[in-house]
Formats: sequence, structure tokens, C-alpha cells
Amino acid sequence: MSATAVELRGLTVAGGLERIRAGELDPGEWFGAYASADDGLNAYLWRADDPGAPGEGALEGAPIAVKDIFCTEGIPTTAGSRILEGYSPAYTATAVRLLLDAGASLLGKTNMDEFAMGSSNENSAYGNVTNPWGTNRVPGGSSGGSAAAVAGGLAPAALGTDTGGSIRQPASLCGIVGLKPTYGAISRYGMIAFASSLDQCGTLTRDVTDAALLLDALCKRDPCDSTSLGIDGGVSSPARTDLKGVRFGVAPDFSADAEGVEAGVADTFARNLDLIRELGGEIVEISLPHAQHGLSAYYVIAPAECSTNLARFDGVRYGLRAGDGGDLTSMYEATREAGFGAEVKRRIMLGTYALSAGYYDAYYGRALRVRTKISSDFEQAFANVDFVVTPTSPVVAFEQGAKAADPMAMYLSDYFTVPMPLAGIPAISIPSGLSEPASGGPELPVGLQLAGPAFSEAGMLDAALALEKALGFEPLEIVA
Amino acid sequence: MIDRDQVLHVARLARLELTDEELERMASELSVILEHVERIGELDLDGVEPTSHVVDITNVLRADEPRPSWPRERTLAGAPDATEGAYRVPSPQA
Repeated sequence: MSATAVELRGLTVAGGLERIRAGELDPGEWFGAYASADDGLNAYLWRADDPGAPGEGALEGAPIAVKDIFCTEGIPTTAGSRILEGYSPAYTATAVRLLLDAGASLLGKTNMDEFAMGSSNENSAYGNVTNPWGTNRVPGGSSGGSAAAVAGGLAPAALGTDTGGSIRQPASLCGIVGLKPTYGAISRYGMIAFASSLDQCGTLTRDVTDAALLLDALCKRDPCDSTSLGIDGGVSSPARTDLKGVRFGVAPDFSADAEGVEAGVADTFARNLDLIRELGGEIVEISLPHAQHGLSAYYVIAPAECSTNLARFDGVRYGLRAGDGGDLTSMYEATREAGFGAEVKRRIMLGTYALSAGYYDAYYGRALRVRTKISSDFEQAFANVDFVVTPTSPVVAFEQGAKAADPMAMYLSDYFTVPMPLAGIPAISIPSGLSEPASGGPELPVGLQLAGPAFSEAGMLDAALALEKALGFEPLEIVA
Repeated sequence: MIDRDQVLHVARLARLELTDEELERMASELSVILEHVERIGELDLDGVEPTSHVVDITNVLRADEPRPSWPRERTLAGAPDATEGAYRVPSPQA
């Protein structure tokens, strides 16, 4: 591979578009640099051969990867599951359509934890994804393929989905920027549903500027999703270089002092807070007493919603069918047994149990009340601060297999990321330093999470940009 | 916590035909998760309204205008067994 192709693979979306507009870069060449790169990470489940016929708009000529949870007309869409092997949807998700309409071309569909359930991408029916920072390390999940592709120079940007941290946690583990917008900011039409009241489309990018650029193209109200609101006036490019007058809330029991936070992550977070002060920002102690119960509420609400959403995979309308020799019920049971992986079955079971007669009030009813308390904790905090900051993940990228046999340990990866979708508020993870894993080995990326009130994306991206500039995080070098 | 018979009952409700090995593992794994989840039982939640959805909108309506629907063949194209313009399934009493 020529040095030029490697260089092209390191461009941001905004950087590439600038070169295209200056007549210095041919969109086909940019696309080709990615399309011809070897996917040694298993980041893709399907790759495009050519850029198609791109539309005209703000993203004209930008190649973008899309998580395999988004329906794409005539292109295989599996959501990482065996039960959808060979399925090609009859329509394209609104989020993907908006990118294509703005002139982007589809690079491919990225690997993911089955139906977006997982924090390591080890739950894909189509194999693990490798974190480009370390071959034995997980990329995080569930948008693990999207994160690995962007960090590893296989895409300049990718779409992901975040239900409990599935954009922010892999972005953190792969040293890139992950944005989960406000619930309703981007249409969910054509995004295969996991937990409908939490699922949100968002972006994985090399920098904050690209996150804003993509969000601006995506944040449109969609008549096909009655919960979509869009963002009034869109999102302009962030420009802020300082944090003067910006107040950042830190809740001591929901921060670096929480149980399970690696020492290196805690140290990095402390340095990040110092940097916020140096940039003129103010660190304010706040209280989020119910955030620590976010995981408990989440692991009732998300499985409950998934158990109903995944009822549609029954061997009748699409995908796999097994057990055709028996009666209808045994066909359903055999199809679902053969088509779903262990984690998906576990969550369907958990959700079905939590919603079953006699347990509904104790689990689901209580979890919905905790959700209210989590939202009101944030509301009270935002009366006094502009943003809440936490480490994104308690740990850096862990080794493959390290948590695979212990579901609860895996769930704890999302400790800092689940309260935001429960409250419907936006949050962003930016790479904020490197730290040696507790188990030893080379240094790996740490992420800093900023969360703001609903529809505070513009200000949040501004603050994130100021931090990004000051942090000067070195992205992973792209190799041929 | 949750025992093997309860797991079997829930698996039937969820239309999952679990193997014996899966049933055993599920019972222990679900118990660990439920133990964590049950911490919310200690919270005082009296008088707290439940939140099932965070978007403050109700009854999103659109004009009731007829539009063409997808051709039947297009929706049947992905089915594992389609025949005579319909989905074919095993009989409920096979």
C-alpha cells in the first residue's frame, strides 16, 4: 500500500471534505483507500465494492460505515445475530438515508454484539472484533465494529447505537469520540429495536468536529418515528477554545472513587479535572444519589423491552427457521433456540421474568420509579451546573475472554453510561489520556464523559472541542 | 432467587427451547443478576411516578391520507417459507 492510501485513511470527515472541495482529493480515491484496506480486525460484516452514486450535500464524497443494526435496502442486515443471517431488508433506515442524501457513501456494515447486547463485541454471531490498540483486547460494545473501524483506519466515521453505553464505551476503549444524542434527536426508523425507550442512534468519529458535522445531517424529525423530534436549527460546527464560565459537576460517589474504577483511569480523570480548571472551567461537587442504581434499573427495563421487541423473531416473516417438522409453537421455540446467542437468551429470560405475573411490580414497576429518580437527580444537578463529568468506562480495554463468563462483571462496564439513556439526556465520550491496564501491558485509551441536559448538544460539543484541543490526544497511528 | 422450574416456566413464556445445560446455567446466572437488581428494593419510592418514556409528547398524529403500500412480494421476499402470497407456517396442531 502506498503511503498516500495510509495517509488518506487517517483523515477526519471534515478534513477529507475540505480536500475534496479544494480539488486536492478525489472522492473515489478516498473511498478506495478504505475499501482496499485489509479488515484484520473483523470490524465489518459486509463491505461495499464501490461508492455508488452519491447525492449532493454537506457530506458529499465522505465514506461512512454503519452499524449492522440499521436496515439497508437490498444489503445484508443481521444485527450480529444468526437469526437474521441472509436477511436483506426491503427499506433503508432514516439515519442511513439522511447520510446518503447528504452525499455520503456507504463503506460497509459493521460488526456488533448481537442485537446490541454486550460491552465487548464477544456476543456477535460472526466473531469477535479486535481492538486496534491491542490484538488481545476487546473494542468494547455493542458498537465494537464501528469503534474499531474508526480507530483502526477502516472508516473515517461510523454510525452506532447507544442503549446503555453502546457508543460511548467502545469509543472510550478505542480512543475515539462517541456521541449519544438526546433521545428523539435522531430517528429510530429502520434501526432494529432492542429497548425502544432507550435506543438512540449516534456517531463514532475521530474528533468532536466530525461528531457535530454528522449530527447536523442526522437530527431531523421523521414522520416514520413518532418519538423523533430532531434538533431545532441543527447543530453548527463547534468553535470554543476555553471553558471560562462553564460549570462541570462531579458526584463523588458516581466518579473516579466508585468501586471498580482502575487506578490509571482515576488518575487520568483527576488530570482531566485539572485541565478543565486550567481552561477556566469550574468543578462543582454535586449529588446524583440514584445514579449508582442505574444499572439495576437498566437491567430490568432494557431486558423487559427487549423481551417484547425480540418476540418478532419467530421464523415466520424473516431470517432463520428451524423445527419445521413439529407444530407452530415448537417451530417458534426451535427457531429462537437455534437463532439467538447466549446473552440475547439471558436478557429475553430476564425481561420475561421481570414482566411475568407476580413479579411485575417488584421489578418493572420499581425500576420505572428509579428511572424517575435518576432523571430528577440530573434535573437538580443541571440547575447548578452545565455538564456532569465522569470517566466513560471504569476500566481500559480488557482482554478477550476476561469477562465473558461473568455477565454481571460485563454489565458493570456500563456503570457510568446507563443513567443518561434512562434520563434521555445527551452524552459524549472523548479520548482523555492513556493508562496502563490493571493487568499490566501497554497503555490504552481512557475516555472522559460529558453529559448535559436534553438538547444541549451544541454547548456540549463546544465544551468537548475546547477539551479535545487542550488534551492533544494522539490517535492511533494507521498502519498499512 | 430463581430455580430450575421457574427458569423452565419463563423459557416457555418466552418461546425458548433451552437445553438442559442452558437451563442450569441460566438459573445461576439470572440469580446473580437479580441479586444485583434487587438492590432497588431498598429504596424509598413511595409516591414516585413511574417513567416509561422520556419524551414529553403524546398522540402524534398525521393527516389520514391514503398512500400506496409495499407490494406483497416485497414483504414476502425475506420469509423463510412463503407461498401463494402468504407466509406458510406449521399447523398449530401438527
